[in-house]
Amino acid sequence: MSVYNSLDSITDELHKCMKCGNCMAVCPIYKETRQEVGVARGKISLVEYLLAGELDMTEGLADRFSLCTTCMACNTNCPCGVRFDKIILAARAEAVRKKGLHSVKKIAFTALKMQRLFDLGMKTGSIFQGVALKHLPHKSDRIARMRFDVGIGTEKVFPMLAKKTLRSEFPEVIRVNNPKMRVAFFTGCMINYFYTDIGRAVVEVLNENDIEVVIPRGQGCCGIPASVNGDVVSARALAKRNLRAFEKLGADALVVACSSGGTAWKHVFAELLENDPEFKVLADKWASKSYDISEFLIHKVPFKKEGLGRVERKVTYHDPCHLNRGQGISREPREILTSIPGVEVIEMKEPGRCCGMAGSFSIVHPDLSVQISDHKTADIALTHTDTVATGCPACRLQLKSGVENAGIEEEVVHTIQILAESYRAGKKN
Amino acid sequence: MLAREVLQELVQVLGAENVLTEQEDLMTYAYDATAAMKHHKPDVVVSPLSTEQVSEVVKIAGRYQIPIYPRGSGTNLSGGTIPTKGGIVLSMLNLNKIIEVDQDNLTATVQPGVIIQALNDQVTKLGLLYPPDPGTVTTATMGGSVSECSGGLRGLKYGVTKHYIMGIKVVLANGEVLRWGGKTVKNVTGYDLVALFTGAEGTLGIITEIIVKLIPAPETRKSILAVFDNLDKAGNAIASIIRNKIIPATLEIMDNATIQTVEHFVHAGLPMDAEAVLLVEVDGYREVVEREAVLVEQILQTEGSVEVKIAKNDQERDLLWLARRSALPALAQKRPTTVLEDATVPRSKIPDMLKAIRKIAEKHRLLIATFGHAGDGNLHPTILTDQRDEDEMKRVHLAVDEIFQAAISLGGTLSGEHGIGIAKMKYLDWEFGEAGVAALRQIKEALDPNYLLNPGKIVRRD
Ligand SMILES: Cc1cc2nc3c(=O)[nH]c(=O)nc-3n(C[C@H](O)[C@H](O)[C@H](O)COP(=O)(O)OP(=O)(O)OC[C@H]3O[C@@H](n4cnc5c(N)ncnc54)[C@H](O)[C@@H]3O)c2cc1C
Ligand code: SF4
Ligand code: SF4
Repeated sequence: MSVYNSLDSITDELHKCMKCGNCMAVCPIYKETRQEVGVARGKISLVEYLLAGELDMTEGLADRFSLCTTCMACNTNCPCGVRFDKIILAARAEAVRKKGLHSVKKIAFTALKMQRLFDLGMKTGSIFQGVALKHLPHKSDRIARMRFDVGIGTEKVFPMLAKKTLRSEFPEVIRVNNPKMRVAFFTGCMINYFYTDIGRAVVEVLNENDIEVVIPRGQGCCGIPASVNGDVVSARALAKRNLRAFEKLGADALVVACSSGGTAWKHVFAELLENDPEFKVLADKWASKSYDISEFLIHKVPFKKEGLGRVERKVTYHDPCHLNRGQGISREPREILTSIPGVEVIEMKEPGRCCGMAGSFSIVHPDLSVQISDHKTADIALTHTDTVATGCPACRLQLKSGVENAGIEEEVVHTIQILAESYRAGKKN
Repeated sequence: MLAREVLQELVQVLGAENVLTEQEDLMTYAYDATAAMKHHKPDVVVSPLSTEQVSEVVKIAGRYQIPIYPRGSGTNLSGGTIPTKGGIVLSMLNLNKIIEVDQDNLTATVQPGVIIQALNDQVTKLGLLYPPDPGTVTTATMGGSVSECSGGLRGLKYGVTKHYIMGIKVVLANGEVLRWGGKTVKNVTGYDLVALFTGAEGTLGIITEIIVKLIPAPETRKSILAVFDNLDKAGNAIASIIRNKIIPATLEIMDNATIQTVEHFVHAGLPMDAEAVLLVEVDGYREVVEREAVLVEQILQTEGSVEVKIAKNDQERDLLWLARRSALPALAQKRPTTVLEDATVPRSKIPDMLKAIRKIAEKHRLLIATFGHAGDGNLHPTILTDQRDEDEMKRVHLAVDEIFQAAISLGGTLSGEHGIGIAKMKYLDWEFGEAGVAALRQIKEALDPNYLLNPGKIVRRD
């Protein structure tokens, strides 16, 4: 039984918890608030009281369940192997079933408002950008600050919307001579609308390795922002849409360059669709051939080492929670980075500590999100590097916002961009 | 429910952001790490930011006769932080500053909400160490561990929390603030209140500042693991190490039930039929450590260990320790409820105690695995059970009673490091007799006549 369908699915996880409190040592939220409700043990107890009928599902309870970045640090530190990620998803889905979407109305409302702003932005181009965002002149990233508060504060630094979405930049099938393989690229929203540079790097690197890339037009949002907040109905519809789009074009493998996309294709689609025989088969099939781009380039098709040019960068790598703990990928991006001539990798203190972005979490709890981010920024500053590499566009946004607000000269990029840069440098020689 | 004016006064002193009153928050302070214990919701949770605020809160509580339950990280195993009578939970976590590390006097001054590991992170940079290391070093607070007088793995050589507490600042039940002790090694001025408050479990006063003793960190360490096919041989080996005047930093034991569970869990390479495994660590200057490690190896062999391994480097050391570190987690995953006791006996009685525990387990048809700090006699008989099974829980309670009887009859004590709290209150007279319990009560009433501070713990009001 999946966590999206019933609270009963997690009773075993709840029983495993012995309330030892070890999760307190690693929870980024608890570290800031030092309130029991912030940590896994607190929320586990609330779910237990709910199941025992000692608490009712109130908006207040739904609010408490929103206090989690789903970073999975507690999972890793739990001596009893409690899968808190399952518990929190089930609790949030239950909140929406019992209280309707209005229990998460702040998220839904703000996200909708932002979505509209961005859609409008794509249509009106620079006029919109001027109205909503104040451009910050900067040498590498096109970034801006919100001019007015849509509920997330004006502190956060945003990437500027791309002039053209990634998916409209490329044909649906990008051919190469004598392709080794045909790979479908799931872009995800952030890469499609904002960080098209990451998307271009993915295509460039795959082509460089003689791989034909398809970018199905029919794809959409991965649905993770909906499923983590309990909006199972929307998440399910999005899962089906994506499965249909990829099924139509077919491919030997699927790659993603964002951690939510990877989580969605590898795990969440199949869980959402467990009671839908037709789509469950498709979800399982695609799950078995979905790869994060770094995983793909290390394990599936080892990337070409010849032709790598020199890239003079001092790089520190931030592990996105859902890539590292969620998919067990932390060695691969480092292996890519260290094989690039000229790149010096300097580890920060806790590369696996959550950056505090967590998608909609930063919308619902902007202050907490910034507090968590400040620790990250301080750790980055101590490395005295010039580049932060990471494996997820959402982390990139948060990290950039952090270093920008701290006035640190640091470029924040996706690992794949540095690899693409190296291939490019190799061609110049 | 508290009267409106009480809440208003609390908010006035602390600010609304430090006063929690909503159901959904309060319920998360109704429990602590103690297994199979009934939970109770407090009426309000407050987080003071200074000694003065603590004192104000205590005075408000006194005026309205509301009980106060001090709380650190809530990791204690005796029900010590459960607010059994409702009232105020006083969360000390926002008092979390390391005020000073004094390298000349080898002391540190900390607020009670500092996490033990945070203090050690700070002092190791200076080549110093705060030795008490309960299994919860990364989560437990200084205030909580002083109040429980926590032990840990290094007790044999380095002692326990009480050996490192030199001075305290406390808020008494009447709201008065006092300091006792200080940075001097010697201090016999008046009664030793520092000792009294260490291990008082929040029943006598609220600790708001602590001066601790630091020691130079040992230069190096070495771990040795020994397997035994017979409990008595393991017991003799423990005695023999000490008789040869070697005091290891740690000397741990695991019994057969623990070994089997751990081996299933982590595959550390322990023989499943071993009756006991001893894990020894010696530390100090390099030359001394080298010599002692060889001696320990010889002693273990002479005493009939079937297999002795010395870790050659840090990786091998981690591997040896993997089994011991995994003991509690492995056991905890076996059944839903884990009742962890800490009855303690003189070191020489360890084999007798282990055998007694095994008999008790058989008699009550229970799964009891025992591991613990053999070097200081502190065992952790761990009953693996299921809270939802009423019949089994009855047998668990009987077994716990008998474990305590066994410990006391061997010249030991009810609790080596987890404290009395609610869990062991009813057994006190077994150890001290009625007169002893009465003396405790007189001390409690002298300092807290109206039972406002952590009532329902250690001493019952008659
Ligand atoms: C997995 C696990 C392993 C453990 N291993 C060990 C071990 O090896 N050795 C060991 O000794 N213990 C161990 N413990 C028990 C526990 O971790 C310790 O007792 C710990 O020191 C408690 O610290 P705390 O901050 O959680 O205190 P809490 O549980 O919050 O409080 C403990 C007591 O102190 C009182 N208190 C807290 N702060 C103050 C204050 N400022 N002033 C006055 N009273 C106060 C409380 O009222 C309560 O009575 C273990 C517990 C767990 C769950
Ligand atoms: S670490 Fe695991 S078992 Fe311990 S309280 Fe947290 S979730 Fe529960
Ligand atoms: S997933 Fe992360 S934020 Fe959520 S409770 Fe666990 S450690 Fe805290």
